[in-house]
Amino acid sequence: MTSATLTSGATLGSQRVSEDVRYYEDAIRLFVIAATFWGVVGFLAGTFIALQLAFPALNLGFEWTSFGRLRPVHTSAVIFAFGGNVLFATSLYSVQRTCRQFLFGGEGLTKFIFWNYNVFIVLAALSYVLGFTQGKEYAEPEWILDLYLTVIWVLYAIQFVGTVMTRRESHIYVANWFFLAFILTVAILHIGNNVNVPVSITGMKSYPFVSGVQSAMVQWWYGHNAVGFFLTAGFLGIMYYFVPKRAERPVYSYRLSIVHFWTLIFLYIWAGPHHLHYTSLPDWAQTLGMTFSVMLWMPSWGGMINGIMTLSGAWDKLRTDPVLRFLVTSVAFYGMSTFEGPLMSVKPVNALSHYTDWTVGHVHSGALGWVAFISFGALYFLVPVLWKRSQLYSLRLVSYHFWTATVGIVLYITAMWVSGIMQGLMWRAYDNLGFLQYSFVETVAAMHPFYVIRAMGGVLFVVGSLIMVYNLWRTAKGDVRIEKPYASTPHKAAVGAA
Amino acid sequence: MDLDSITVMLRSFWTVWLMVLLTGILVYAMWPGNRRTFDHAAQIPLKDDGQEF
Repeated sequence: MTSATLTSGATLGSQRVSEDVRYYEDAIRLFVIAATFWGVVGFLAGTFIALQLAFPALNLGFEWTSFGRLRPVHTSAVIFAFGGNVLFATSLYSVQRTCRQFLFGGEGLTKFIFWNYNVFIVLAALSYVLGFTQGKEYAEPEWILDLYLTVIWVLYAIQFVGTVMTRRESHIYVANWFFLAFILTVAILHIGNNVNVPVSITGMKSYPFVSGVQSAMVQWWYGHNAVGFFLTAGFLGIMYYFVPKRAERPVYSYRLSIVHFWTLIFLYIWAGPHHLHYTSLPDWAQTLGMTFSVMLWMPSWGGMINGIMTLSGAWDKLRTDPVLRFLVTSVAFYGMSTFEGPLMSVKPVNALSHYTDWTVGHVHSGALGWVAFISFGALYFLVPVLWKRSQLYSLRLVSYHFWTATVGIVLYITAMWVSGIMQGLMWRAYDNLGFLQYSFVETVAAMHPFYVIRAMGGVLFVVGSLIMVYNLWRTAKGDVRIEKPYASTPHKAAVGAA
Repeated sequence: MDLDSITVMLRSFWTVWLMVLLTGILVYAMWPGNRRTFDHAAQIPLKDDGQEF
């Protein structure tokens, strides 16, 4: 089967159209499989490096397995491999349906993008383990891999933008605006932050074109907007399509979604300097970054309200549909971490929080709670649809996944809050003679129990993801688990009991 | 006044231009006459998309 041919008697408003709409789904299935696979790999890598911090013997004495080399393997695996494949799958799935058009450039192009993107992921991970890195957070791949990724990304942009431009729906749905912003901005960020001069044309090593504090500013302009446009705008595109779809109700306020989109776009791009508080970056730039970060709180919460209130009048679905629970909880985590972020960008707070585990906890409340949860929701939605199954193998297993992962996140972020604030306070503690009260290694020793708790949180998150893999695999096979169904409404349940 | 100095002068007010642009977008989003268009747009993902099992 090359693609799903859907003879649509689709209803457009009150009109019926009798044209053939062919949506490409084979390549989307590949992205879904890859996302699921890389998710588990990335969570396992994260749990392993968390254990390395708690038990340094796990560095195993080889340079290839040391924390410094495995840490970018973890971040790239979860952000670019898991998150990236989820974004490809969801954006290319929903753009066809919201534009009522098959993918521009054909499914061959989608498969080309799929294989090359995933080869890029493997090459990048291998290069980190072998010691090749630009040393820039989230932009570790060396220049030759950067060029490779640029080609893949431009092809993706052509396919997505081409589909939107040849759409049969007159309006461009808001999810597509978010996906467009994500694709365009990530292209600009990737190119802007990787203007490097290779040492030799045959070697991996390169140096950034700009140096010093300018280089740091370019890196965090990139780094923060990678969070803003890859991990936020892209996944908001998922929210605006999949939450209404799963809840079977339109988004709470379409007007608010327009305001959400444009205010987010106007503000996010300026927030990067908050990563460089109290450095040699000019003070005015630091204050600018802080101010825009604080202002970002408003569009973020506007978006959160829009996502959660989409369930207005149908709150019972949270109890009866664990997939929707994943989607909506993710939006709640989005609200929580976008409140914490502006708080941490305020300079006096940052003086305490920066370089501590608090930052790590903040990132993970966004990454696990928002990005991963909305991805799980989208994967649970997509697998039955793409494999033409009437339902998931088991909704109960989705619920087990939800609670296992949620407890994992709570262990993770609470451990990092306590550990981070303690670490920050110990660093700044003076004795009555004006000397620092603690040596660095004393702070590390004090953090040990929290490292262990964090790793336990990671283990639970991995267990949850394995439950998902099993559930999705059985769903794709067409199995249905015999289990107690969720009552569709409390009213019906009461009638049934009577 | 040559073209360059006009450009430089206009550019120095970039925050004003961006605010004007954002205000225009907000007015567009809240304009009562656009309500029907937006209500229709909000329904796009919910239209039958030909998924039959």
